[in-house]
Amino acid sequence: MSDYNFAYLDEQTKRMIRRAILKGVAVPGYQVPFASREMPMPYGWGTGGVQVTAACLMPSDRLKVIDQGADDTTNAVSIRRFFQRTADVAVTSHTHEATLIQTRHRIPEAPLREGQILVYQVPIPEPLRFLEPRETETRRMHALEDYGLMHVKLYEDIARNGTIATSYAYPVMVAGRYVMDPSPIPKFDNPKLSGSPALQLFGAGREQRIYAVPPYTGVVSLDFEDHPFEASKAPHACDLCGDDGSYLDEVITDDRGGRMFVCSDTDHCDCRQKAGHRGRLAMPETVQ
Amino acid sequence: MTPQTPLLSVRGITRNYGARIGCADVSFDLWPGEVMGIVGESGSGKSTLLSCIAGHLTPDTGSLIYDTRADGPRDVLAMPEPERRMLGRTDWAFVHQNPRDGLRMGVSAGGNVGERLMAVGARHYGDIRAQATDWLERVEIDAGRIDDRPRQFSGGMQQRLQIARNLVTAPRLIFMDEPTGGLDVSVQARLLDLLRGLVRQMGLSAVIVTHDLAVVRLLADRIMVMKDGRVVEAGLTDQVLDDPQHAYTQLLVSSVLQV
Repeated sequence: MSDYNFAYLDEQTKRMIRRAILKGVAVPGYQVPFASREMPMPYGWGTGGVQVTAACLMPSDRLKVIDQGADDTTNAVSIRRFFQRTADVAVTSHTHEATLIQTRHRIPEAPLREGQILVYQVPIPEPLRFLEPRETETRRMHALEDYGLMHVKLYEDIARNGTIATSYAYPVMVAGRYVMDPSPIPKFDNPKLSGSPALQLFGAGREQRIYAVPPYTGVVSLDFEDHPFEASKAPHACDLCGDDGSYLDEVITDDRGGRMFVCSDTDHCDCRQKAGHRGRLAMPETVQ
Repeated sequence: MTPQTPLLSVRGITRNYGARIGCADVSFDLWPGEVMGIVGESGSGKSTLLSCIAGHLTPDTGSLIYDTRADGPRDVLAMPEPERRMLGRTDWAFVHQNPRDGLRMGVSAGGNVGERLMAVGARHYGDIRAQATDWLERVEIDAGRIDDRPRQFSGGMQQRLQIARNLVTAPRLIFMDEPTGGLDVSVQARLLDLLRGLVRQMGLSAVIVTHDLAVVRLLADRIMVMKDGRVVEAGLTDQVLDDPQHAYTQLLVSSVLQV
């Protein structure tokens, strides 16, 4: 433990990252460049999120790490252990207990509160990337609020599929100014971005960008008047806890078409099961 | 009634490439509804001039007064960039020689036509699509191909699609850089016919750069002849082409092959 500085990064690096974060908070949705460091994990595993977490972490914090909503998958477990070893902070899997939550591609089901920080891992921060390959041009487009192209993408979606088929990384407009990529969260989570009491920070390590949505900031998902935005999910209830309002993962259970739907947020599902809710395939209470 | 102010007045536009002259001290007025042709050989500065006027290049000196709809005559070069961009996608249009430069090849024909509408704030899918369909028909592209990508179109269709994409916001001024370049003569003839119809119908003003004298004869009211970055002769199209005064213009006119 003493071999590392608190939370792995040295103080100067944390200071540099905090500056980028402050700038990001001051200009909601704006992508702030920062000098991303090499982290002891491959790019694509959350190097951006880890650096933002390291810069925000205090010894008194309680950390929760989720990967696609789950607390117990490889990415979540290794990042949680990483900070236990390098910062010796308390950890939890309960959303309401955590002060800092690092997430990969989900927003927890339980509502967040003031004082919490939600850190997203972002693979590609530029929402216009696949429409306009030149970085110089996309930055100019952001500067001039030249966002017609974003709607061309949605137009193409409707023309081809009859409806807006983009189901994750759905582009949003932050505080009426910047179009932002909310990282690959399902569009089901988009409404939770808006007006959240928690501070939301986005870190892209390989692309070297940090951006932020401050608490109580308006975030609007882009759409057409006659094809309004719809937060969609699988039309089922969770097979373990019976919740029909949470975002679901589909799990293939055999090779004869058997499948089940379970909450992607494991903490949410556990809490509900402990409270006595039962889904279609849940084990009876007596067996547990 | 003749309008009192020119739509665009160009004064002393100069652009150098290092020690070389791109175009030097070009001035002219373009009146509403007028089509101006700029002719000259390759390397004479026609395209540099057009790029300077259309805002793709910044001229070294000179001014460019445009009669805006809202505020009357204003110097375009002194405008802030957002305003200039807005002008570039509402009141102005630019047709490139190569349709691949002016179109988004990965986006369907409807999306290409609708892009300008969405850029100025159209947010109703049905309306955008209806306008795109209407414009495809006006440039003689089958409305059934609205969801095809430009890649699947012939060269002539791509050029017509580019024109539709530009005219959908009802601009007042259109710049064309060799609009018929690379097309065979029968397709050229149809395109010219279409352009002439649209220009007259919509009361467009246009600046057309070309080395094809037949194109300016057909479309332009006035022409300017450029050589080595300077305007050597200017006047009414028929007058200049039938009675060329400058030696270079005489050479140019006599170089046209007669069939």
